Amino acid sequence: MEFTRNNRQLLSKIATNDRHGENSPYFDGWKAYDSNPYHPTHNPHGVIQMGLAENQLCFDLIGKWILENPDASICTAEGVDKFKDIAIFQDYHALKDFREGVAKFMGRVGGNRVVFDPNRIVTSGGATGANETVMFCLADPGDAFLVPSPYYAGFARDLRWRTGLDIVPVDCKSSDNFRITRAALEEAYEKAQRSNINVKGVIIANPSNPLGTVLDKETMRSLVGFINDKNIHLVCDEIYAATTFSSPRFISIAEIIQDMDCNCDLIHIVYSLSKDMGFPGFRVGIVYSFNDDVMHCARKMSSFGLVSSQTQFLLAAMLNDEEFVGNFLRESSKRLAKRHRVFTTGLERVGISSLKSNAGLFFWMDMRPLLKEQTVEAELELWRVIINKVKLNVSPGSSFQCSEPGWFRVCFANMDDETVHVALERIREFVLQGKEEEKDVSLSHTSKHWRKQNLRLSFSSSRLYDESLMSPAHMISPHSSIPRSPLVRART
Amino acid sequence: MTQTRYYPTRSPEPEKEKTGGGGGGGGGTAMRVIVPLQGVVQGRGGLVLGSIIPCALFYFLQFYLKRNRDDPDDQNESSSPPQNPTTPSPSSEQLTELPALTRSLSRPLLSPRNPSGPIPISGRVSGIVKGAESPYYIGLRRIKEDPYDELDNPNGVIQLGLAENKLSLDLVKDWLAEHANEAILGNGKELSICGIATYQPFDGLMELKVAVAGFMSQVIEKAVTFNPSQIVLTAGATPAIEILSFCLADTGNAFLVPTPCYPGFDRDLKWRTGVEIIHVPCRSADNFNLSITALDISFNQAKKRGLKVRGIIISNPSNPVGNILSRETLYSLLDFAREKNIHIVSNEIFAGSTHGNEEFVSMAEIIEPEDIDRKRVHIVYGLSEDLCLPGFRVGVIYSLNEDVLAAAKKLTRFSAISAPTQRLLISMLSDSRFVQTFIRANRERLQRMYVQFVAGLEKMGIKSIRSGGGFYCWADMSGLISSYSERGEVELWDRLLNIGKVNVTPGSCCHCIEPGWFRFCVAILTEKDIPVVMDRIQKVLKPAN
Repeated sequence: MEFTRNNRQLLSKIATNDRHGENSPYFDGWKAYDSNPYHPTHNPHGVIQMGLAENQLCFDLIGKWILENPDASICTAEGVDKFKDIAIFQDYHALKDFREGVAKFMGRVGGNRVVFDPNRIVTSGGATGANETVMFCLADPGDAFLVPSPYYAGFARDLRWRTGLDIVPVDCKSSDNFRITRAALEEAYEKAQRSNINVKGVIIANPSNPLGTVLDKETMRSLVGFINDKNIHLVCDEIYAATTFSSPRFISIAEIIQDMDCNCDLIHIVYSLSKDMGFPGFRVGIVYSFNDDVMHCARKMSSFGLVSSQTQFLLAAMLNDEEFVGNFLRESSKRLAKRHRVFTTGLERVGISSLKSNAGLFFWMDMRPLLKEQTVEAELELWRVIINKVKLNVSPGSSFQCSEPGWFRVCFANMDDETVHVALERIREFVLQGKEEEKDVSLSHTSKHWRKQNLRLSFSSSRLYDESLMSPAHMISPHSSIPRSPLVRART
Repeated sequence: MTQTRYYPTRSPEPEKEKTGGGGGGGGGTAMRVIVPLQGVVQGRGGLVLGSIIPCALFYFLQFYLKRNRDDPDDQNESSSPPQNPTTPSPSSEQLTELPALTRSLSRPLLSPRNPSGPIPISGRVSGIVKGAESPYYIGLRRIKEDPYDELDNPNGVIQLGLAENKLSLDLVKDWLAEHANEAILGNGKELSICGIATYQPFDGLMELKVAVAGFMSQVIEKAVTFNPSQIVLTAGATPAIEILSFCLADTGNAFLVPTPCYPGFDRDLKWRTGVEIIHVPCRSADNFNLSITALDISFNQAKKRGLKVRGIIISNPSNPVGNILSRETLYSLLDFAREKNIHIVSNEIFAGSTHGNEEFVSMAEIIEPEDIDRKRVHIVYGLSEDLCLPGFRVGVIYSLNEDVLAAAKKLTRFSAISAPTQRLLISMLSDSRFVQTFIRANRERLQRMYVQFVAGLEKMGIKSIRSGGGFYCWADMSGLISSYSERGEVELWDRLLNIGKVNVTPGSCCHCIEPGWFRFCVAILTEKDIPVVMDRIQKVLKPAN
């Protein structure tokens, strides 16, 4: 038997197809970063990672708490007495204290307007696992979910890969500030129906990833009305709830349905501590469904991604420490607000605007004026310049299925203040250099013809024309050969 | 809590019962197809196939119906019994109430609260909602409600139904008390929160892979080395098995699984993947040893039915029996897999829990690095059993197939291990003196418990198969059941739980084709518990004799 030659045929479609969606620019950006990561001293010309939605701004608070509460990690002389119970704990209902802690935390993040029932908390391996679990519970292979675009690039994998579902995008427009409208939902739904696609529900991220905006009450009520009329499900991915750093406040779907006449069996929430607490390494995802059958089913499925009991125990103690949680949430939103302000005002100064946002670990940068033409190809061309020459890993809108080219997601919470300045400086140089080249265009045709073309349309706004000379050589780093971690870092 | 909640999936008189069901139920397309076919199969294929074929047919029928649902001319839909939950025939009940998590695609009425017709959920949910609970879950719930405690609750239910080893927890605890502070909190001064809280590789930290590879070699006690870069770590063996199932087979493909087998395979292998399981019956006359002939028969029957067999899944040491596969068996398995061009998944989670003198041979020892067949062999391992740490959720996929590894790595993002737990385990497993002491002590304690337990059963005249590894005693109580059928077995199980207050696993949960066998987990007990358990079993047996 010639096993090697036929090998791939002997594997499943899941193992060999690319429905995981990881062959998109979003993930290429990671590779560019991986092969040449920025470091202030070791590799100052490396690529700065701005595609990773990680919240590192409050690690000092977490670290301090863990050191002050050593018994919580059960692995110290103080906590080891609890060990016997914890080490063998494999009940998929999860530790009671942990569920209570999470429920309380979710309530608090939602402004204490809703009480979450600890007995409905189902754990899962991160939000990734939670989203997949919900899909496994709600739909069969071939069914589809409506997803307002732009949406999180990982949805293609989380919602579709193993479940065999399809995604039907609902296009949201910049002219509407990317709001989700009933008309757009109806249109997508009807289109799907016409193509004989069985739509099982709508999934939204609130606060939105990649937009960083929160849904307002009317939009949510109209969404609930829509799914209730169609008798399909609504999954609300609220993993960025606590990253809301200014008004309007975050409103959980749980609060909306309290005073609405709707079928609660259709409502499901996905939550996680990866973003709000900055703990992606802890792999805690939560499914909170108002539907008993889905809850039971999801609980059985949690066997495929149980959270380590040691970690549950640690988090139970942390989340039940109300003083710490209150302090953490306050401090976290303060720091996020500050970082957001530094970035967006820095960009405005060089004439780059972004969608007004008040949540998330990223903002939605508008580079449409810099596009050669309003196409995805032009967007990707610009993106390659940003990755390879400006050396910033930002994520192009097309990887979020944005219907309009020229938007980019910029993550801002996974770096220190120094790196922020370097990143802003690089963007400034890039923009100003573009103008410089444009000025030179009439004098000579250089090998940088493409860039001239690229930026000719860009700077119609007059305030951009006060430029300073920048050396392009400064931006093109020599190929760095510093050793990097042998591991390909995993990420969101 | 009575046995009525659990409808037998296997019957000693299947023909009678099933034909009767088909006739009385008033038929419909599905039943008319299934019943005669069942008869056909009964002749050649035995009881197990007799229930698999109709299940598969039932599944495909529903799939077909679903596909054609939108077709207004489709007559099948309205006349199809599976779509109509209000009038189930006895045999359709049997099909849908398999205690396992069936991936049926039918959509029953689910919620009374719903004002506007049924809420469409997925077939995976309906399987759970409709299916009766298996003894496994009923037992677990009883334990939760009324757990035995020598002092606080001496009349509570004693747990013998889980795969849990409490014998050597004290050793792990001592190690933690001494070292864990450093392991997780750094040296107590500088806490490296970045190495814990941020995104880590989903398939596990390389340091942990190195440590686990070392542990696996130590456990096997031979010069077998495991290459850390061929390891993918997952949150427990459960997702490890599911991930392999997702990687090696498509919906509708099948795996051969020798029985009696681990009860969780129904969930791990097929629930979400839609893969079929073909049980390969092993018999008490052979001490439940695996025979290649039986594999061959099952393989050919599956092929005749158009099922594509993608692999065979073995547990070594076996769960529940505790058999250790001999080197010769492993070689013939590999020959078999080569001949049929299929995969072998070797579940070796009990490799470090062998006791007694039998030699354990890992599949890793059988495959040579240059062997062209190395790509078809995949090993599942974990720390839950061998390190007494089920709560920590560490499973291992070891494969020499790069494509499988690449896909598995991507899939681990759905079930990754928490980083603080990984850090802790890196320190623990890197302490080779501790590991050595632990493995030796754990084996001795397992052996002692096992011998005592078996002796206790023998005093009551209950024989068991000699186990070479694992936490279980696989005992023959077929002489003690009221009728030689699954019904009789479940009845005895019910009495053991409700009168004797011991929760054990009946053989039917392990898909054993002979009724009357029971699985007792001995590693969960203390030595003091053994006489208590024996008294309770005795109490149950008395009136039956």
